[in-house]
Amino acid sequence: MNLYLCAVVVVLSSGVPGLFLRRRGGAVAAVLMSLGALLGVAAALWVLAGGPVQVFALPPTPMGAAGLLTLDPIGALFALPVFLLSACAAIYGIGYRDDHHDNVRTLRLFLGFLAASLAFLVAATHALPFLLGWEGMAIAAFVLVMTEDRQPEARRAGWIYLVCTHTGTLALIGAFALLFGATGHWTFTALPRGFAATGLGTALFVLCLFGFGLKAGVMPLHLWLPSTHAAAPSHVSALMSGVLIKMGILGLVRLLSWIPDPPFWWGATLMVAGAVSGILGVAFALGQHDLKRLLAYHSIENIGIILLGLGLGTLGKSTGHPVIQVLGYAGALLHVLNHSLFKGLLFLAAGSIVQAMGTRDLERMGGLGQRMPWTAAAFLAGSWAICGLPPLNGFVSEWFIYLGSFRALGSFRWPWSLAILAALASIGALALACFAKAYGTVFQGLPRTTAAGAALEAPPTMLVPMGILAGACALIGLAPVLVAPALDRVVAGLGNGASLQPVALLGNLPRLSLLALLLLGLALLLWRWLRPLAPADLPTWDCGYAGATPRMQYTASSFADGLVGGLRWVLWPKVHGGQVTGTFPVDRPFASHVPDPILDRAAAPAFRFLALGATLLRFFQGGQLHIYLLYVLLTLLLLLLWMVV
Amino acid sequence: MSPDFLIALIILSNFTLVATSRVNKAIQIAAVQGVLLGLIPLAMGLGRHAHILVMVVAAIAVKGWFIPFMLRRALHQVHINREVDPYIGYTFSLMLCALGTGLSLVLGHMLPLKVGTKVLLLVPASLATLFTGFLVLVSRRKALTQVVGYLILENGIYLFGLLLIEEMPMLVETGILLDLFVGVFVMGIVINHIRTAFDSTDTRHLAELKD
Amino acid sequence: MSQSLLPTSIPGMVQGAVHLLTLLLLPPLLPGLINKVKAVIAGRSGPPVLQLYYDLAKLSHKRALFSRTTTWVFLAGPIGTVAAGVVAGLLVPFGHTGTPLPFEGDVILFAYLFGLARFLTVLSALDTGSSFEGMGAAREVTFSALAEPALFLGFAALAKASSSLSLSTMLLGPGIGAGRIAGPLILVLVGWTIVFLAENARIPVDDPNTHLELTMIHEVMVLDHSGRPLALVLYGASLKLLVLGAMLMDPLLPRTTHAWQNWLVFYAGLGVLALGVGLVESMTARFRMTKVPQFLIAGILASAFAFLLLLV
Repeated sequence: MNLYLCAVVVVLSSGVPGLFLRRRGGAVAAVLMSLGALLGVAAALWVLAGGPVQVFALPPTPMGAAGLLTLDPIGALFALPVFLLSACAAIYGIGYRDDHHDNVRTLRLFLGFLAASLAFLVAATHALPFLLGWEGMAIAAFVLVMTEDRQPEARRAGWIYLVCTHTGTLALIGAFALLFGATGHWTFTALPRGFAATGLGTALFVLCLFGFGLKAGVMPLHLWLPSTHAAAPSHVSALMSGVLIKMGILGLVRLLSWIPDPPFWWGATLMVAGAVSGILGVAFALGQHDLKRLLAYHSIENIGIILLGLGLGTLGKSTGHPVIQVLGYAGALLHVLNHSLFKGLLFLAAGSIVQAMGTRDLERMGGLGQRMPWTAAAFLAGSWAICGLPPLNGFVSEWFIYLGSFRALGSFRWPWSLAILAALASIGALALACFAKAYGTVFQGLPRTTAAGAALEAPPTMLVPMGILAGACALIGLAPVLVAPALDRVVAGLGNGASLQPVALLGNLPRLSLLALLLLGLALLLWRWLRPLAPADLPTWDCGYAGATPRMQYTASSFADGLVGGLRWVLWPKVHGGQVTGTFPVDRPFASHVPDPILDRAAAPAFRFLALGATLLRFFQGGQLHIYLLYVLLTLLLLLLWMVV
Repeated sequence: MSPDFLIALIILSNFTLVATSRVNKAIQIAAVQGVLLGLIPLAMGLGRHAHILVMVVAAIAVKGWFIPFMLRRALHQVHINREVDPYIGYTFSLMLCALGTGLSLVLGHMLPLKVGTKVLLLVPASLATLFTGFLVLVSRRKALTQVVGYLILENGIYLFGLLLIEEMPMLVETGILLDLFVGVFVMGIVINHIRTAFDSTDTRHLAELKD
Repeated sequence: MSQSLLPTSIPGMVQGAVHLLTLLLLPPLLPGLINKVKAVIAGRSGPPVLQLYYDLAKLSHKRALFSRTTTWVFLAGPIGTVAAGVVAGLLVPFGHTGTPLPFEGDVILFAYLFGLARFLTVLSALDTGSSFEGMGAAREVTFSALAEPALFLGFAALAKASSSLSLSTMLLGPGIGAGRIAGPLILVLVGWTIVFLAENARIPVDDPNTHLELTMIHEVMVLDHSGRPLALVLYGASLKLLVLGAMLMDPLLPRTTHAWQNWLVFYAGLGVLALGVGLVESMTARFRMTKVPQFLIAGILASAFAFLLLLV
């Protein structure tokens, strides 16, 4: 535990030297963060490899008993991506450009703060340190999102985030209070059997689902997520999407670990929430033109996949099917790790593109694969993994969930798992379409703007972190047996004491590795057969038409048009212009976009209504300091009089 | 010297402050009031406690010398001497102040206070000083005068605090001084910013910052 | 339940070797058969049955040409199609002859290998920057988003019916095709036939012989390939035809006593499949592009209904 605490402190202080250094602050922060990350990863791996659970008692607090930090397997599994991504983000941050110097320092300082809060949070097994870590994370993330505070978009995103996160915290405080009422202390422990079925248990579940779901970005509660991820600096987006939203999942996992007998409807609810998030997340991603918003919606989709796994595992647990329980939970937990790896990778790659291009608009890119080959390869690896295609890691976690839901087909009275299967299959196909669109429009074809034609490859400090993450994706994909023992320990923490079968056996992992290697070997053989290659020096065969221009390429919107059109009833795309009339039509502007359903169509109008009501109160805001002071005086007088009378 | 005598002087200084139009004079009065306040614990016969002695010295140093000194320096920099065109005229201010003091006398005796005090005028005087401070804050335009108002307001709170002087830990006492210091500091910054932004220290300009 | 990674017994090895040879050598025959059937029905003599072999031999001696806009991803399509097709072919049983590498859950990997091939083919098409190929790629991903659920719902029905997750038991297990499973099975096969036609770019979804790029799906995605990469594309397509065809035919094949008889039955089954495809292509016209989603949704419904039948 000392090792882990050292890691937290080192990570926390990583941005501090940069405050006083004129130059090289980023490098110092990166070195410190990497050092802390190494310590933290070592501590986490030690626990995951079967080392003793580490406990550390904090000094006594006003809330009675001493707060506890416990690095159990669940915490250790979540700590891994926290440290890994933080280090990658810090290294990547060396090359982050910003003309406003102070903000870069703030950025580094709070990046360390965020990483430390997250690391603290995953080990918290007491309500007080948990909420401390939770709030630290929320505030640090708010400051980080506001880095580019000269842009109104970033300010708006920051405020929306702040409102959402505090609403969530409110629900959590309520949940912890319920927990205190049930157990009599603030330390997280197993709840008695039968509690989950009571009214209090229901309230606890609903509050947790709301509070943690808001952080995780589950579909109707995701309103803060897309704009925040889009507006933040890309390595911050990577950290937010990779680990911050996973803290919502951590909370749900902790909740499930306290409950020995979750009711059936808990699992069903999680599953439905997962299916909704998954399918709608990817559907909305298809409609986006903004590269980082697109990735953000995919985070919602992946949270959905994780919830599908959690729901399946909970269904298994509540009905006494240990195999389904193991496969569901293992899939969900491995997907937590996997998603942070490949989504971190994708956001870092997207950041390089945005830095090179100065825009996030897909329609202004194109042909970057030739100018930024390494970034392109990194983005491709991330896309490959996120679509769940073999032989990368995304496939392995989905594999577990698929296996579990296939096995569950005959186990429950209603075909719940059929819904999981249908959802996963649709998500997979739509994600594939979406990433084909993203990779195709950004990296392939001809540059659509001069900026795209002049883009330069990112510096090595930005490429190395991507390489590390891509390597991790490939490692888990090719040799999932490596993570299997760790998964077993984490899944055991979610069980109710009954002995469970190992996931490596249930998932046929050696066979999977063999086939993955076979696939790679075949591909390599075929590659050898195709060489030597002729130089690429001809125009594209455009069916005989030689005058093709970049503007005639298929755009991202046209690529997704078929699917967006098919999903019109849920996406409600807005189309402006494009009506062509007459025999010889003149130029017509055309634009389409898919607004966020919850934020732009529900929450924003609701708040506008609220603001309208609040303008009545503006009468009191005269802008005169004297008047305000007068209010204070009058209040004081009234209070005094009230006391007397 | 009875504490009630000092307190009467303080109430008198309140009236003087409200009636004056010169900023320099207002600062002077605030300084005098600070010294008077500082002396009250001695007059209450608490001079035998070492920590109270330290506090007395600190209060007189800060309220009687340091803050007025800083304010005077600020005054020299902004080249103003008169509070022109206040929101509430001097005569009317004086009447309000008298009204407030009268009200405080009534209230002071009716308030259900837990701790009894030997000093008769302490509670009414503290309330009266509080009102005076507010009055200055509300009725004056110049930021410097407002700082003085804030000082007087703090003095009222300080007086109220004296009710508990025997039980009050030094920590709370120094806390009040610190609070005061920070308040003046912040207002100093605000004054400076108003000056650079609007080229004058008239707080009317602050209304332009309204959303 | 420890499984060995590879077949260990001698008959198992022989079976595996025949399976591998069939998988690698037989595919180009299928398009030839289909074309022959179509030609005969249309009253032409048509190209030789072995035409695709000749084409592949010719292409493998030709120099490949590359557009300036392409990167290495351009080659990932052909390579990925063939590699994924071969690995998928090792998972699917060829009639009752046994599969070299059966394991619980191979059905998921099987489906995702085709996903991989599709992903790489689409990227390879987009790499040229041609709007025609972009159009084809967009259609491919759109239609496969509907084909994928149909495929998986069919798997779900068979997995429930057979209580297994391995293709060899799901498609050929005892009792499949008999009793109360027969009804659902037919529905699944109807759904899968639609998937099969869509995935292999056959009429009525796509026309392999069309010459109008605006109406193509699969063919238009590989317009820019030439030489050896084109050979891989053509071979990969025929491989997919064989593998998905085997999946479709398996439940219909009778079990015999000897291994060699099982092989003969399987080859005969493939012949029947080619005949069937040829007949369908001769007798129907391709759908309008807007009709295709409805066709695929019919596939989803058939598979889903099969599952529902198993519940009652």
